Amino acid sequence: MIDLENVSKTYSTGVPALNDINLHIDEGEFVFIVGVSGSGKSTLIKLLLKELNPTSGKIVINGKNLAKIKKNKLPYLRRDIGVVFQDFRLFEDRNVYENVAFAQKAIEAPGKRIRSKVLAMLSMVGLLEKYKTNPKQLSGGEQQRVAIARALINQPAILLADEPTGNLDEANSWEIMKLLENANEQGTTVVVVTHNLEIVRAMRKRTISIENGRIVRDIEEGGNFYEI
Amino acid sequence: MKFKSLGYCFVQGLKNIGRNRIFSLASVVTMSLCIFVLGLFYSITTNVSFMVDQMSESLCVKVFFEKGIAEERIESIGNSINEYDGVTMVHFTSADEAWEQYKLEYFGEEYMDLADGYADDNPLKDAASYEVYFSNADMQDDLVKYISDIDGVRRVNSSEVTADSLSEISSLVSVVSIVVLVMLTAIALFLISNTISIGIAVRDEEIKIMRLLGAHNTFIRAPFVVEGIVIGMAGAVIPVIILYAVYGNVVNYILTKFSFLSNILSFMPVTELFKVFVPMALILSIGLGLLGSFLSLNRHLKEK
Repeated sequence: MIDLENVSKTYSTGVPALNDINLHIDEGEFVFIVGVSGSGKSTLIKLLLKELNPTSGKIVINGKNLAKIKKNKLPYLRRDIGVVFQDFRLFEDRNVYENVAFAQKAIEAPGKRIRSKVLAMLSMVGLLEKYKTNPKQLSGGEQQRVAIARALINQPAILLADEPTGNLDEANSWEIMKLLENANEQGTTVVVVTHNLEIVRAMRKRTISIENGRIVRDIEEGGNFYEI
Repeated sequence: MKFKSLGYCFVQGLKNIGRNRIFSLASVVTMSLCIFVLGLFYSITTNVSFMVDQMSESLCVKVFFEKGIAEERIESIGNSINEYDGVTMVHFTSADEAWEQYKLEYFGEEYMDLADGYADDNPLKDAASYEVYFSNADMQDDLVKYISDIDGVRRVNSSEVTADSLSEISSLVSVVSIVVLVMLTAIALFLISNTISIGIAVRDEEIKIMRLLGAHNTFIRAPFVVEGIVIGMAGAVIPVIILYAVYGNVVNYILTKFSFLSNILSFMPVTELFKVFVPMALILSIGLGLLGSFLSLNRHLKEK
């Protein structure tokens, strides 16, 4: 599903962010990526979304070599990848329903189905009753649930979550992780970048540690998480 | 982009205008000014050339003959003039007709009896003439020379000053209008492009998320193109309406206040004028709107 071969990324300023990364993630896996700030986690997410191109190496997602994807085909790759951010990135001039429906409109989904799909998705994340509410009136946890609904509404094969619990308290963090786990159980490959080692240790999923742009540990699901 | 998304993009384009209402307004006002000035100069140049054409149609030279010339010779002169390329009509006025016209012009019906003293002695007996009408004011000099060289012709009266002046005014107005138009077009283009750029900056986050969600570039760009077109169209419609309303009133005002001009000036009907001006204004304004948005989109929305 996701393959990185000898991937390195050095920014134009000369700062090396990732150094010779080799990584394989299977379809349906749930993977944590951990590391301190500046270790290269976010660069990795940007490379997977082709927001950045690697300085060297090869990235293959769903059998497609990202280096060979033409600009006009890039949207189709991204439709297969849902993204959730630490700061939610919801539109404050739109209500919950419109925020989620926006994802469907952006990919020009058939109009008739949008309403039912959005309401079903909001029901899944437990926010059906608040579909007319403005995001500003929601708690951080609820806003992140809207963001997850928006990321999942287009049924992506992969869900990338960049510090999804970074702005949340413990109770909300667990609710969000539960939603991500549910999505994974339904077949979505989930990659979560996080600082929250408590959650990582408790969930006992595959965990990749990055330090100074290099993978230093790759612990299989159910492994010894006290190494991290 | 799919056809059904056009409605969504159109609404987003209108929302963009609402979000940047100050800059949008500035763009519409500048565009309106641009089209208004274009309309103003177009009206003037078109009317001047219309008048030149009208005058060309009524342009004539008057040909007088040597004293005591035979009627056959006059007829022969008429035939020679008729053969000249560009002459549209030759009208003969006899000495008696000339005297009748003179009497009517100077004495009027009321004092016609004052001319009775000349009843048997036509004072204009040598004033028989040809009025020679021709198609183009530019040919006047050559025609006058040609007629003057014909044997039996005493004098040729022409009106070259008026025709030349009108042509010069027309050229001057055209040059001034092109200069002003180019300047205003550049300003309008800059302002529209700036407005779109600000719209892109305001929606930067939304555009990034759209990209990450897999929206096509055309879908992302379309609302900004709509914005440019709407600003352009608004900038055309407003001055067209104003000019339409103003034109008729101005023409009426000139002809009423300066009634002596009504014999000299003939203005183009408003419908004739706007038949060309409306599509011209729309094409220019929509073209500028499109160009302005494309310039901004290429600068700010290039996929890296």
